[in-house]
Amino acid sequence: MSLSLFLQNLANGLSLGSLYALIAIGYTMVYGILRLINFAHGEIFMLAPYFLFYGLLIFHLPWWASFIIAVALTALTGMITERIAYRPLRNAPRISALISAIGVSYFLQNLAIVVFSGIPKSFFRPKFFKTIYHFGGVRLQSTLFASVVVSAVFLSALLYIVYKTKTGLAMRSISTDIETSRLMAVNVDKTISVTFAIGSALAAVGGILWGLRFPQLFPLMGMMPGLKAFIAAVVGGIGNIPGAMLGGLILGMSEILFVAFLPALSGYRDAFIFFILIFILLFKPDGLLGKNVQEKV
Amino acid sequence: MKKNNGKLYTIIALIVLAILVYFAEKNLDAYNLRILNLGAIYVTLGVSLNLIFGFTGQFSLGHAGFMAVGAYVTALLVLPPWYKEMIYILEPLVWPFTVMHTPFIVALFLSGVFAAIAALLIGLPVLRLKGDYLGIATLGFAEIIRIIANNIPQITNGALGIKGIPEFTNLWWTIGVAVVTIYIIKGLINSSYGRALMAIRENEIAAEVIGVNLTYHKVMSFTISAFFAGVAGGLFACLLTTIDPKAFMFIMTFNILIVVVLGGIGSITGTVIAAFLFNISLEYLRPIEAGFNIGPIVIPAIPGLRMVTFAALLLIVILYKQNGLMGGIEFSWNGVSRFFQRLFSNNKSSEGGAI
Repeated sequence: MSLSLFLQNLANGLSLGSLYALIAIGYTMVYGILRLINFAHGEIFMLAPYFLFYGLLIFHLPWWASFIIAVALTALTGMITERIAYRPLRNAPRISALISAIGVSYFLQNLAIVVFSGIPKSFFRPKFFKTIYHFGGVRLQSTLFASVVVSAVFLSALLYIVYKTKTGLAMRSISTDIETSRLMAVNVDKTISVTFAIGSALAAVGGILWGLRFPQLFPLMGMMPGLKAFIAAVVGGIGNIPGAMLGGLILGMSEILFVAFLPALSGYRDAFIFFILIFILLFKPDGLLGKNVQEKV
Repeated sequence: MKKNNGKLYTIIALIVLAILVYFAEKNLDAYNLRILNLGAIYVTLGVSLNLIFGFTGQFSLGHAGFMAVGAYVTALLVLPPWYKEMIYILEPLVWPFTVMHTPFIVALFLSGVFAAIAALLIGLPVLRLKGDYLGIATLGFAEIIRIIANNIPQITNGALGIKGIPEFTNLWWTIGVAVVTIYIIKGLINSSYGRALMAIRENEIAAEVIGVNLTYHKVMSFTISAFFAGVAGGLFACLLTTIDPKAFMFIMTFNILIVVVLGGIGSITGTVIAAFLFNISLEYLRPIEAGFNIGPIVIPAIPGLRMVTFAALLLIVILYKQNGLMGGIEFSWNGVSRFFQRLFSNNKSSEGGAI
């Protein structure tokens, strides 16, 4: 493989990985706080590009306004699902909350089929995102830059919120011990709502960037990216935010490079992702950056 | 009432069940029979998942993969060789499968065996993982099985799937397999093995301390569970008469998990009820989607509305019955007799010393 082709694949992997990272954050934050695998997160991800699509198409809003509205609406949807489907189950067995999440996932998927119809829609791409830059032999689409830059901006903002603000402190305290946090006058319900809003907003950004990269919208589009992003979160150590970013990048890179180096096995692309997951778990049962909690007897 | 009457009642109940199956097979139309068959297959799937998840406490999301193994094995074994030669158009079928042809029951058994072997190979390394990590690893393996099935057209006919599988499955088979599954798994749970499994569920470290071999018991439970999933997969293939890798996506596992949790984790009775409720409600919600009239208002046909309603129902049930329908309570003849005794002692004045 020539150097330029390798660099090309590396760039593709980086941009795909940053998208996975954006989605994985939502899984890892919710898991860190509620110990809940939010299987509906992939559907939240799917809603955002649809919102943007309709904002542009029906309401003729400018690009940036529809972007903001789409992200806000998606964040709101995330908060509503938490309020309706997860909060009542906070003291129930964890598996019931998981089933509730699967229920929400089915609900949103099929609601999307009812409202947006199952026919795939082509996503509107502004002119700027169609430009292609040449660097030597490497051809880079501007969406590629966009996904990397936008992800970097939002992820830095997230790290700032989580590690430097009071809300972030509350989140971290809840993820350590929910009951003690309550005693320390942390508003648990509000903080969890904020967590869902942030996670969903990041998924929304990821979803819109995904739409720019693969400009086709359909109600089930969130399923596989959602699952892979969840795997990214697990690979990085679920509950750990830098871990989710790392896991996302690793997964995106390895997916692209696997196909690049072994094009004959491209049908096994998704299987390779799962293989990486299992391989890493066998050696690091709590993920790459996860804390290894020893059970005390 | 004496305890040893239970066996007699069970036999009577089975005979009643057989009579019901006989009349159902004779009188019901194909549509309703299909729903009942699916319900019974889900019973087998649910009860087997309950063994590893409900009784052993190991979060396994690999059932769809084991089903896929079973379905493909059955399909390859029951199809006549000349037919197999005809449908493999992507790549010709490889040797041992071209000539193999066995009766349905042998195929079903071998389906279970192959699924169990797959589980053994998967379980030995991954069952060391705990909780959600185990769940996602098994889910990963199930997806790997599905993706492999998609990529070896010389055995599975790839994404085209296998069509025209003879429709051997009927209520006798599905209900029969469900009854046998329940009988074996119930026997296992009530044996010393079952106690060890439940000890692992309650506290792994404590179980290990009192001398339960963790790996052995977990792998055993996982393998047996996969065996029945494989058999159910075989029944599934011969019920639908067509299979392709897409039928065994992780959604399938989720559906089985929903049945187990809705029924109440660790309750076989609950699983049986939930399995039938799940399939019946899923099917009988179809008219919603077809469009209907409420008085003068015409509701047009809206695709997707059925699943929206179903998901909403599912959410309502899980929000109000957080521990599932049965909540871990098990049906027993003693329970029934106690219930009637309470009923009678309310009517007459209490005679005292009921149980």
